[in-house]
Amino acid sequence: MYWHSFQEFIAMGGYGFYVWSSFGITFLAMMIELWALKKRRQRIAKMSNEGTI
Amino acid sequence: MDTVKAKNGINWLKYASPKTFYPLAGRLIPWFSAGAFLLIAYGLYLGLLVAPTDFQQGEGYRIIFVHVPAAWFSMFLYLLMAGYAVLGLVLNAKLSYMMAKAIAPTGAMFTLAALVTGSFWGKPMWGAWWVWDARLTSELILLFLYIGYFSLQSAIDDTNRADKASAILAIVGAINVPIIYFSVKWWNTLHQGASVSLTKAPAMAAIMLQGMLVMALGFWLYSVAVIFARVRCEILERDNKAALLRQEI
Repeated sequence: MYWHSFQEFIAMGGYGFYVWSSFGITFLAMMIELWALKKRRQRIAKMSNEGTI
Repeated sequence: MDTVKAKNGINWLKYASPKTFYPLAGRLIPWFSAGAFLLIAYGLYLGLLVAPTDFQQGEGYRIIFVHVPAAWFSMFLYLLMAGYAVLGLVLNAKLSYMMAKAIAPTGAMFTLAALVTGSFWGKPMWGAWWVWDARLTSELILLFLYIGYFSLQSAIDDTNRADKASAILAIVGAINVPIIYFSVKWWNTLHQGASVSLTKAPAMAAIMLQGMLVMALGFWLYSVAVIFARVRCEILERDNKAALLRQEI
């Protein structure tokens, strides 16, 4: 483990805002992609239940 | 088809059919997803908790653990998409076109992630969110190529024509990928040179490199899982389109 305290880890040597924003945005983008895919599957499942497929 | 079967005992072309690929992809998705989750978690642990600081860039350098893998996959997925576009045109294989179409959103997502995380690196290090540097500009063009690809797909109603037209766009646009990759060598860019190269020893500590590679492998498994799930949707939607058309006739 590189860090000595939780505060130090969050602060990232003064780069906290930039580091956490980068990681946050990347994972948020992946989550949005997964959510969109889930919605698309639900739409297909709905069509299949209605008998259109 | 027989010659392929005779050579290696497995009829690989069988997997080029959407009907066979659909259940196969369905069985593989949970494994790729689990692998992606574990590798990304391990990559985050190495990158955020274990790796030491960088003597020049301080803790801000940790952005590379998401930035570099995202940038690699923005380019690699584009080439893969263009490769499937070529296969689609040459073999006239529907599954290849569907693969190309399913790759595009993930490629675009990683391109956007690479650009945004790059911006969050540029602001503290260079003092600017954006500069019109060769590397940054060519990466932005990559995002526009992905957007152009989906726009063309959705602008043409006839699936066959949409597949062919967008395949040509994907193939022509592939010229941009080597431009992005070599931009730091060809021009005097503000963006730093490659941190990892196939020909030179890596310019970083082993643990940093390890964290970046683990994260990249995690992003790769994530991409495969998401692309397979999207191809499955595409197969069902296209089948349904044909069924709807039959009803109308």
